[in-house]
Amino acid sequence: MKWLRWIGIGVLAVLVGLQFIPARTNQSTIVLPTDFVKAYNVPEDVKSILAVSCYNCHSNNTNYPWYSRVQPVGWYLENHINKGKEDLNFSEFGDYSVRKQQSKLKSMISQVEDGEMPLPFYTFIHREARLSENSKKRLVDYLKTLNE
Amino acid sequence: MKKTMIMLVLALVSWGANAQHDHSNMGHSTEGHSKMANKSMEQSNVEVERSKSASAIIDNYLALKDALVADNSKKAASSGQMLFDAFEEFDISAQPKSQQKELGEIIEVAREHAEHITENNGNIEHQREHFELLGTDVKDLVIITGSDRNLYQIFCPMYNNNEGGSWLSASSEIKNPLFGSKMLKCGSVQQNITVK
Repeated sequence: MKWLRWIGIGVLAVLVGLQFIPARTNQSTIVLPTDFVKAYNVPEDVKSILAVSCYNCHSNNTNYPWYSRVQPVGWYLENHINKGKEDLNFSEFGDYSVRKQQSKLKSMISQVEDGEMPLPFYTFIHREARLSENSKKRLVDYLKTLNE
Repeated sequence: MKKTMIMLVLALVSWGANAQHDHSNMGHSTEGHSKMANKSMEQSNVEVERSKSASAIIDNYLALKDALVADNSKKAASSGQMLFDAFEEFDISAQPKSQQKELGEIIEVAREHAEHITENNGNIEHQREHFELLGTDVKDLVIITGSDRNLYQIFCPMYNNNEGGSWLSASSEIKNPLFGSKMLKCGSVQQNITVK
């Protein structure tokens, strides 16, 4: 059974080693002029809904939870955030073409209306990110005013 | 189905709540209705040049539409991939310089819709949402590049909780890709895109 012990030690060593490889790269203190909230001069209440329910995966600044320091969980999150930003990045929204902005607005409206976003898996862990019926309606109504 | 019912109930409840607070609601609702009716009745014409440059895009867009008419999510996903490839291969540099920026923006957006349709194999309603958005882009593209065949833009006022949705077809016969077999006949020609 000695070999089993060595495998155990080996796995442990790798896991410890992994902790030294940084993740948490999606952090920025600057709110760019291209940010959705600046480009459209978004009212405060909508801004806070977006910050709590959307910006963690769809902007250049993630408010990381403590367990993002634990690998490989942190890498999983990082990967998830990159995918989210690829589809929609609020920090760069103002740089999108008008066509792309309008297309993204339509997608946002239907995703939020249908309860597809924020992801149910995400809101299961982040209870605070769940949209109440009121904030959902507020967000959708606001997005509709921007969508021609 | 359950989702639709919930949406319906929510819509009714919120309408009821609005009506309580706002007595002019009747005015709004008739206004909305007539706007919708106008939207579906207007029929306009647009003429485009005869050109084969967007043929691959049109072919694959129409194949995607047919897959959705047939409620075939898997086939829609594979057509989405072919359409994605057609956008990738489209030669913008062969188009007039003045139109290249616009075409670049159209293709960037349209390509993403095609990609999502492929990724959402099994989720046909989500595929349909992206397909509906894609229609505008393909139409705008064809108006710039020209077409090798006549096309019809068809509008169904019932899609998306009565906000309406449209698509392109090579035939004026109505076969609805946004609802499929659930409401195959919903729609009427909104615009004729005719080759000069």
